[in-house]
Amino acid sequence: MLEGKTDVVEELTPNKSNTQWTKKDLLGIKDLSAEEIELVLDTAASLRQVSERSIKKVPTLRGRTVVNFFIEPSTRTRASFELAEKRLSADTLNFSGGSSSLVKGETLKDTAKTVEALQVDLIVIRHPSSGAPHRLSEYVKPGIINAGDGINEHPTQALLDMYTLREKKGRLKGLKVCFIGDILHSRVARSNIWGLTKMGAKVMVAGPKMLIPKEIEKMGVEVSYDVKKAVKDADAINLLRIQLERQNEPFFPSLREYARYYGLNSDVMKNAKEDALIMHPGPTNRGIELSSEVAESSGSVILEQVTNGLAVRMAVLYLLSMYKPENK
Amino acid sequence: METEVIKKILDAEGMDRVITRISHEILEKSKGTENLVIVGIERGGAILAERFRKKISLIENVIIPKGSIDITLYRDDIGEVGTQPLMKGTHLEFDISGKKVVLVDDVLFTGRTVRSALDALVDFGRPQWVRLAVLLDRGHRELPIRADYVGKNIPTALEEEVVVHFEEKDAMDEVYVARKK
Repeated sequence: MLEGKTDVVEELTPNKSNTQWTKKDLLGIKDLSAEEIELVLDTAASLRQVSERSIKKVPTLRGRTVVNFFIEPSTRTRASFELAEKRLSADTLNFSGGSSSLVKGETLKDTAKTVEALQVDLIVIRHPSSGAPHRLSEYVKPGIINAGDGINEHPTQALLDMYTLREKKGRLKGLKVCFIGDILHSRVARSNIWGLTKMGAKVMVAGPKMLIPKEIEKMGVEVSYDVKKAVKDADAINLLRIQLERQNEPFFPSLREYARYYGLNSDVMKNAKEDALIMHPGPTNRGIELSSEVAESSGSVILEQVTNGLAVRMAVLYLLSMYKPENK
Repeated sequence: METEVIKKILDAEGMDRVITRISHEILEKSKGTENLVIVGIERGGAILAERFRKKISLIENVIIPKGSIDITLYRDDIGEVGTQPLMKGTHLEFDISGKKVVLVDDVLFTGRTVRSALDALVDFGRPQWVRLAVLLDRGHRELPIRADYVGKNIPTALEEEVVVHFEEKDAMDEVYVARKK
């Protein structure tokens, strides 16, 4: 309701949590509370129906400008963000690595200051260096959304993974989620570990020893080097892409050997629960981290993750637009 | 925030009588229930719309399709209001095109909620017509909007607050005017 502040208070459902969004940026899941994660997921649930209508657009962010600043290649995350912005009626501006003046030698700070001078409201950034969005948020006024920074975090991916899990399993608390693959270079795994442990789920990671970060147990996860053991009892198995672009030296002998020992195929799946979900942030390397058979099995929710990603990104854009400095 | 009750407007029986009267008026003006749908604005309006549906089905012995709309995404003050309302989502179990829509809200005040609701409605299709039913009209319009069916007109001062309680969410039906202490 718009009729004055008191009526807005009336509007709130008393038995649901009254969490308010108080952050200028979404830099990582590490900074979010369980209540804030829940707020994003609930908001995404309401926003998902916008994409199911015949007119797939609402005027919510009319007159706002969002910059998509992608210094690292990205197809799906960028497309998802851009569509989310358009569904909310925001104006969008795209900068990408190749076409940006960063290749002409401009620093990140100068580029960001230039973007800020164009009076934009939100900046979505993907950057190969961990911590780049955090630095940016110190330099400029617009809200920053981290769309993946180096090997640090990819918060919207973790949020859409949690959304998918919650929707499919009805809850997050007590679930057992297994991540297989390159944990060391995976910002998806890192964000998910922060999020899932906050939401009361159990996390197991598995992969070649070289690709499991040291002391990862301190993040509250279990480690296994045997995929068949790791998938046992898992409610969901989240596969991570082997990130060849982030490996300067080989971390395992060959892709064939990786596929043989750590790939998810129907043989490994015999050890898993029948209703275990198969998840993957994409793009998938078929035949390496998972077999075609498993990718297309009934437990696979890989395409639903893409659909949910749109709703989750709309929720993040919406919530950050609600931020006012005095809300803090 | 402490508030003080200035004036009681309706109790449970009074509210029911108003709903009965408006239900008859809706039926009379719509000439029956063909293509008629009742759409409530979340949250108070949606509860009220359910009451109208029940009342009309008692009178005419037909089931009116159900609908509620959430105007959160259509507000003109995003980022300006201090509190963030929870989204309830829009639920229309029918195609709005060609329907006779009675839009329902509990309190008509500035008219901005109704403006948002109309924008939200037309994104779903082209209704034959839209009429507005409200339990209370408290004045102070900021837009050229009026209600076709009004439960009660209550003169209020801007700083006063019209409080509507429904059994469905507040355990009792009542309407009163209050003032912040």
